[in-house]
Amino acid sequence: MSATSTTIVNLPDQTTAVIPKKNYISAEHGLLSWLLTGDHKRIAMLYLISITFFFFIGGAFAGLVRLELLTPQPDLVASDTYNKFFTMHGVIMVFLFLVPSVPATLGNFLIPIMLGARDLAFPKINLLSWYLYLAGGTLTLGALVLGGVDTGWTFTTPLSTHYLNTHVVTTAAAIFVAGFSSIFTGLNFIVTIHRMRCPGMTWFRMPLFVWSHYAASILMVLGTPVLAIALTLVGLERLVGIGVFDPSKGGDPLLFQHLFWFYSHPAVYIMILPGMGVISEVISTFSRKRVFGYTAVAFSSVAIALFGFFVWEHHMFIMGVSNYSALVFSLLTMLVAVPSAIKIFNWAFTLQKGSITFETPMLYAFGFMGLFTIGGLTGVFLGSLGMDIQLTETYFIVAHFHFVMVGGMLMAFLAGVHFWWPKMTGRMYPESLSKLAAVVTFIGFNLTFLPQFILGYLGMPRRYHAYPPEYQVLNVLSTAGATVLGVGYLLPILYLAWSLKYGPIAGNNPWQATGLEWQIQSPPLTENFTEIPVMDHEAYDYEWLEHKTQQEVTTVG
Amino acid sequence: MGISEVLWQYLVKWLNNSALFPREASTIAPYMDALYLFLIAITVVGVLLVLLLICGFSLRYRRALHPVAEQIEGSTLLEATWTIIPLGIFLVAFVWGALLYFRIYTPPVNSMNVYVVGKQWMWKAEHPGGQHEINELHIPVGRPIQLTLISQDVFHSYSLPEFRVKREVIPGRYTTVWFQATTPGTYHLFCTQYCGTDHSRMVGEVTALSPEDYKKWTEQSTSGMSLAQNGERIFASMGCNACHTASASNRAPSLAGLYGSKVPMANGSLQLADEAFIRDVILNPSQHVAAGYAPIMPTYKGQISEDGLIALVEYLKQLNTNYRVQQTQTTSVSDQAAPTTPGMVKP
Repeated sequence: MSATSTTIVNLPDQTTAVIPKKNYISAEHGLLSWLLTGDHKRIAMLYLISITFFFFIGGAFAGLVRLELLTPQPDLVASDTYNKFFTMHGVIMVFLFLVPSVPATLGNFLIPIMLGARDLAFPKINLLSWYLYLAGGTLTLGALVLGGVDTGWTFTTPLSTHYLNTHVVTTAAAIFVAGFSSIFTGLNFIVTIHRMRCPGMTWFRMPLFVWSHYAASILMVLGTPVLAIALTLVGLERLVGIGVFDPSKGGDPLLFQHLFWFYSHPAVYIMILPGMGVISEVISTFSRKRVFGYTAVAFSSVAIALFGFFVWEHHMFIMGVSNYSALVFSLLTMLVAVPSAIKIFNWAFTLQKGSITFETPMLYAFGFMGLFTIGGLTGVFLGSLGMDIQLTETYFIVAHFHFVMVGGMLMAFLAGVHFWWPKMTGRMYPESLSKLAAVVTFIGFNLTFLPQFILGYLGMPRRYHAYPPEYQVLNVLSTAGATVLGVGYLLPILYLAWSLKYGPIAGNNPWQATGLEWQIQSPPLTENFTEIPVMDHEAYDYEWLEHKTQQEVTTVG
Repeated sequence: MGISEVLWQYLVKWLNNSALFPREASTIAPYMDALYLFLIAITVVGVLLVLLLICGFSLRYRRALHPVAEQIEGSTLLEATWTIIPLGIFLVAFVWGALLYFRIYTPPVNSMNVYVVGKQWMWKAEHPGGQHEINELHIPVGRPIQLTLISQDVFHSYSLPEFRVKREVIPGRYTTVWFQATTPGTYHLFCTQYCGTDHSRMVGEVTALSPEDYKKWTEQSTSGMSLAQNGERIFASMGCNACHTASASNRAPSLAGLYGSKVPMANGSLQLADEAFIRDVILNPSQHVAAGYAPIMPTYKGQISEDGLIALVEYLKQLNTNYRVQQTQTTSVSDQAAPTTPGMVKP
């Protein structure tokens, strides 16, 4: 490896290299060995396949929505159908893709290995969580096949309870069940992180990926039950008319908003925090440096989780809540933005005096940083009370949360999938094609969602099937961008599938990364380690790694 | 705003013409736009800064130029900097936004009140003069207009982007918002809260008229009966006047001068009689029993529409004496003499 090379990729000699015969994939054969597995890595792969499936269903609905909005007239489908499109898009993407995306796949795969453990604390509960996810997914698909649902993913009462005849109860049940899958994942992570760290793995030697999952897990365990309660009450209202949200029975429809957002605001942190963990790992590895201000980044995750529980009312500023309570929630919203700013700057300064290379995961991570900064700062627009009056319920809000969720989370997810692909499968993805995909995604994303900010300030409401003709130009731009974005997402599916058979063999540590997961074979053994490692250095200690590599070389020599 | 007036107008004109920016049609709009431009400025600066850091470091410290990384633990000073500066900027956004919010949601006392009922999928406006409009709203420029909004079914949201105001329209409670139009013209009215099948057709037009045109419009479109008169008719036809009189044998409190007063309740509390209170008493009388009266009032839930309630509320707001209540009663009970002068009536 020459000092001036522009890559850190260090692959074994391809003529002699082989995938280790014994690994978690080859350990057992047959469908049942997968369906009844307790291995966290196999469950992670099951999750990866299922969330990818739902991602493309959700994406198809997004495509249909954008296609309809190409023209101002409601001419592609009927209004009810359009309403079902965006509802299914939201429900599937939020509950079946974004919430489980990083934690259930990458987190599941990596957290035990990063902690030096053989598996999660409760392997069977881990499998159960996948089955619950699948049950939730099946119910959602059931609701879809039976005719869909058109409440919007927010289930606003009394629309969802009294005015719609679609499959609201089925969908609510689906989310209820999928919610338990998320609770179990969170519980499993919390217990594992507390109880199963290997000798020497102190809290402040854990990779930041683990810290951010810890914070997200707390949110999952504490927040999701409230969503379950809110949806149960919606179901009961529809089935037996208990009237909790019905003003004519003395109930309060605003109560639903409080309950729903008490979960659904923290939920955005459930979605974004694990992604932030991925970014910390990727930025450190490709700049060969420990993360700038490890403690600040670790604690900012916890701070986000903590503050995240006390900002829900910012979704209701225009709903006739007390002006003074709005004041408090606006202030808290501003505070929750600060830890995110800290993270962005810490990542930027991780690059300083590093030795930076630009492999695909790094490109996605840069994309994340840029787009998440825009997503975060536009959140300040919405947290600022007066501004929120003009912007809420318009396309501005749509653009804002897509910048955070898609520009942020999905970029982080793709960064992570590319980064750990060699570890998960033992093979490399094709580098130049994947760089192209990263760039296409970035361009497509900006073209899709930047015009929506402008549309929002112009006043175009979200969830509109038809719109005034003067908004057409910006909508056409947005739809064009969505097409590019779609290509950007299809590419990885194709080349990653290709790489399973034809990708170069990766070896243990293609990135020369420091994490424990890179010190074992790829793909790993069923129980990860032949003997439990002892952590004798900090996370991101590149000097330790260099020392270790040198020793290995001298031993072999 | 720290920007010169001429430059501001030029900027706004340019933005309007390029269809990237909504017209400024209310007194609050320039204030909203100033905050918007401030927030855009910090976003642009923030993004440029991050971009600069990423690109700068990427160029300067790329592997080809900088083969060996120098390990840095962190820097408390730097971290404090990028904690405190963003916090400061966010707090400015907080205070600025809060000032604007309180201004938009606190109507001036002299504003002209228009009631709006939202229902799937139309907006019905009720003017005090008795004019009704569907999916339209005619208002004069140069006068503060207060909207009192309520929904008859699901959540809606009344959005006037060119006026930079919006308010959720909620079943079972009144919400208010106000604005003052500056330029005559027609403007968008959107429902921005998803409300079912025809959500995107729950749109309309707000027409701002010069005071003269507005006067002409009110004269041409009146139904001949003001909102309060309509309320009086309902008051009589629902039989409210059977109990709510000023007679000595009254079974219910007198309603003259009720609006805006503090009512002693049977449970010992004092209730401010505002629009929401009056509406709620009509619908849920058993929960609001006035001190000294038996809980005998039946509920009118399901018998009066939101429009009817608005008419009743408007009637009671203007009811200063019981003279007319007595009058309507004497037409049915003929053995009681009408009082000679309104001033003689004991309220």
